[in-house]
Amino acid sequence: MSDKADAPSVSTLSDLLAVAYQIEVDAIERYKMLAEQMETHNNVELAAVFRDLARAEGIHAAEIRRLAGDVDVAALGPEVGQWMTGDSPEAADLSSAHYMMSRAEALRMALAGEERALAFFEEVVKSVEDPEARELAKQLVEEEREHVELCHQLIRRHDKPLRRLGVEDPDAPEPQG
Amino acid sequence: MQLAEISSVSLAFLGSGGAGVISTGELLLEAACKNGWYGLLTRSVGPQIRGGEAAAMLRLATQPVDCHADRFDLLVAVDWLNAQRFALEMPLGPRTIALCDPESGAVPEFVRAAGVRVIELPLKAMTAANPEWRPNMIALGAALRVLGLPEDAARAAIENRFGDKGAAVIVASLAAVKGGADAVESGVLPARLPAPAASGTARWRISGNQAVGLGAVRGGVRFAAAYPITPATEILEWLALNLAKVGGALVQAEDELASINMIIGGSYAGAPSITATSGPGLSLMVEGIGLATAAEVPIVVVDVMRGGPSTGIPTKSEQSDLNIALYGMHGDAPHIVVAPQSVSDCVFTAQWATYLAEAMQIPVLLLSDQFMGQAHAAIDRPADVAFVGQRRIARDIAGTYRRYSLNGPNVTAMALPGTPGGQYTADGLSHSERGTPSSAASDHRAQLDKRANKVHEFDFGDHWATLHGSGEIAVLTWGSVTGAVLEGIALARTDGIDVRVIAPRLLLPAQPERMAAALGGVRELIVIEQSHGAQFYRYLRAHYHLPRNVRVVNSAGPLPLRPGDIYRELTAERAA
Amino acid sequence: MSAEPKPAYKASDFKSDIAPIWCPGCGDYHVLLSITRALAQLGKPPEQVAIVSGIGCSSRIPAYTNCYGFHGVHGRALPIATGLKVIRPDQTVIVTTGDGDGYSIGGNHFLHACRRNLDLTMIVMDNHIYGMTKGQPSPTTEPDLDTALTPGGTGLRPFNPLVIALASGANFVARAFAGNIGQTTSIIVDAVTHPGFSFVEILSPCVTFRPDQRSWKTQVHPAPVDATDDPARAARRIMTDDGFNLGVLYRGNRQPYTPKFGGSGCDLSELEREFEL
Ligand SMILES: Cc1ncc(C[n+]2csc(CCOP(=O)(O)OP(=O)(O)O)c2C)c(N)n1
Ligand code: SF4
Ligand SMILES: [Mg+2]
Repeated sequence: MSDKADAPSVSTLSDLLAVAYQIEVDAIERYKMLAEQMETHNNVELAAVFRDLARAEGIHAAEIRRLAGDVDVAALGPEVGQWMTGDSPEAADLSSAHYMMSRAEALRMALAGEERALAFFEEVVKSVEDPEARELAKQLVEEEREHVELCHQLIRRHDKPLRRLGVEDPDAPEPQG
Repeated sequence: MQLAEISSVSLAFLGSGGAGVISTGELLLEAACKNGWYGLLTRSVGPQIRGGEAAAMLRLATQPVDCHADRFDLLVAVDWLNAQRFALEMPLGPRTIALCDPESGAVPEFVRAAGVRVIELPLKAMTAANPEWRPNMIALGAALRVLGLPEDAARAAIENRFGDKGAAVIVASLAAVKGGADAVESGVLPARLPAPAASGTARWRISGNQAVGLGAVRGGVRFAAAYPITPATEILEWLALNLAKVGGALVQAEDELASINMIIGGSYAGAPSITATSGPGLSLMVEGIGLATAAEVPIVVVDVMRGGPSTGIPTKSEQSDLNIALYGMHGDAPHIVVAPQSVSDCVFTAQWATYLAEAMQIPVLLLSDQFMGQAHAAIDRPADVAFVGQRRIARDIAGTYRRYSLNGPNVTAMALPGTPGGQYTADGLSHSERGTPSSAASDHRAQLDKRANKVHEFDFGDHWATLHGSGEIAVLTWGSVTGAVLEGIALARTDGIDVRVIAPRLLLPAQPERMAAALGGVRELIVIEQSHGAQFYRYLRAHYHLPRNVRVVNSAGPLPLRPGDIYRELTAERAA
Repeated sequence: MSAEPKPAYKASDFKSDIAPIWCPGCGDYHVLLSITRALAQLGKPPEQVAIVSGIGCSSRIPAYTNCYGFHGVHGRALPIATGLKVIRPDQTVIVTTGDGDGYSIGGNHFLHACRRNLDLTMIVMDNHIYGMTKGQPSPTTEPDLDTALTPGGTGLRPFNPLVIALASGANFVARAFAGNIGQTTSIIVDAVTHPGFSFVEILSPCVTFRPDQRSWKTQVHPAPVDATDDPARAARRIMTDDGFNLGVLYRGNRQPYTPKFGGSGCDLSELEREFEL
């Protein structure tokens, strides 16, 4: 869903650090939301999956902070890294969630996010002129590649025939209001 | 011949549209009041917006009056077109005098049948001779003469009213008044209203609807939302003008669903708030009133009752919205219902209503009616009372704010928008102490208890009812009917029948202990009300222990109850 | 891009500790995110913002924020917001509602709030369905949607709320898509900042009763032209677009309504004067 035209522009190293950090922060927030949604809907197993994913992104965020050294990436604020029309690339697409989704489906959501992040950093490598920034972008591309691969592995382990969302629910929705 | 002195005189001006009889009534009331009398003016009109037949009905008296008398002493007809429609509203008798122009048609059947003495007032001839005279001004002059007032008595009132029309209009009006006065003889009435005793207190001329507006503002109201409806509109119009003078505002809403919710929003934001409507509007507001109960937002809702159900009779009175006011809300929805008993009492009751709403953070319904709402009365200035709305406000908030806290008083401090740390969501859903929606039985019951208890533990004081007399016979009544009841029992007392009157001003919550005390020693109870379905009686049955011997006098609107009706009920009982 | 001063608020400052109970996948989660982000960008403290709603899944938003809130009865959010804003013009007041709450039962208030042009922002989460009561058609539902209440569909043409808002006098009209969080956020910032009555229609999929709306994310696209200040032109564009043009579509310059409050307030005894004899 990320929209290149509206992605924040990256020209310096600190720009890139801030954006990369924000991407992780957005991803963490989204996984936490999904975990909370699953808890609210009593899908305990999936809630744990999303909490694990949030934790993994937390490690990535810490890694970026470490790379940033003296630059306080968190202080660059929420304005940074906000995608104008689309969404932060790595953040899970909430709209593909379902309260009865399987672990493999959750991982596919994660995979899609990692792939978007990968595409984003690949684009930065192409477009950024600052050599230090380009170096970091390459590093980030490598990392995202690893994450994509990891997702593929996990999906293979958990994959079951994909079911169509919403149709196998034995319980009808409960009207409220 | 020395004329008998009476304590009040009743008269009516009649005429079809454009004849100006309503404004003539207003001028006469003002003139008579300036002369030191008290009075009551009501009007009856046809269903037309313009040009309908109209009657201004006045009662002038040496002391304040809250109801019409049993008979009219004087009828002044500018014309008789369609006057027959007033037959039931205008009790006449052989002692009634009618002033009318033989050229304006035959005297209607109901007037002739009553044996009224007709005296000619040649309006057509007089206006033909003096084209600038208006017939209603001639009628005014004639009435002044018959009442024994100098024609100059109306000068100030006329100058006041026609001041912006220019000197010529005033001169012509005063000339017409003089012409009218000279056209009739004084002393045609068989009795005479004596000059009033000088009263020490300042006197006002005010309508019940204005009085409600004034009382509410005195009680602290600073915001109103309005959707017009007869006969409540004058409250809203008075507030529009006067709230602006005291730093408040009125907003016109698109309908009553909007007006009720706008005042809930305004009150949530911190302003004591009011709206006024009549039956059809109240029906639309009921869901909102329940929301105010649940979210504990203080509001005052005035219902000026008119004939119902449905559109009913928009211009005439009835006490038939009691049920919806008491029981209209779905769910268990504690709220307050109060009812003033006279034009003067509208000031007090509206002020008290505002105070109660703010004190308990609850909706208060005030049931007025068309009779007192649209009546203009000359009254003694109502006493100042100390009831001014005081809401518990949460100011310095430390820690978790619990809007609907269950620890401490049941009336909980309300945070107003802008207060740091006080953020909460007011909710019509059942909620927890913090306002968070909850369908848990425990939260639901605890908050139901909280809302019920804050009302139960409130001390409403002596204002809960008007109590009068101490006989073993009691009349229980309410609202504007109280005026006629009090006069009716005064008549009965002259026959040696001692009657007690209990007129609750506070209808909800019921006051069982106070009522039991008020009814102590009563052997017979007569319930008097103006509703076809005996709504008040059924309410009393539901909430109070009544003596075994109860009689119900319930007549539908729109005809007002008169003192004689009450007297006959009391004496018929004795005779039987 | 350069380092800007750190904003005073983060989106999370505007979120309450109450977990939303929407179905996972519901577009309203995105809208909540966008609103809290927009509020952070606007930079007012949470206590100076009030969020008012009616009843519906979408109307649950106020309690999920850390602002002052009012979750009223079905259809009446706008009047409550009106009263609140009239009394407290210093507050930022946002109405969050649905297509049932805002257009059907509350339709009359919608017209008159546009016309009144008080400085409010109305955010409608339009899912072309009554989600909360299990999938009945709303005024924006397609005519052939088969539902239990309307077997075979309503046969009725949906109305176009944006054109109605324009015709009724709204001062700002925008369409957003819930999934486009960034764009929705900036539209909300724009709407709140714009004086007068701002109307934001957010296409917000109901995954439970309208799973077909999952395809909206591939259908939406930015409006090809910038906002106009000519309501007639805006209306023509909206009536001829595909319903998926996103962005600010109209930006008017009508003066907002400000109710007349009297001055500091006269002595109450002055009000009595008209009654004295
Ligand atoms: C007076 C009243 N009528 C009906 C309802 C039932 N009701 C609750 S929400 C709703 C429809 C909500 O639709 P919408 O505003 O589109 O919200 P959504 O759930 O789709 O977000 C209805 C009919 C009610 N609560 N109150
Ligand atoms: S029913 Fe539809 S609108 Fe309601 S929470 Fe679920 S997805 Fe959202
Ligand atoms: Mg909907």
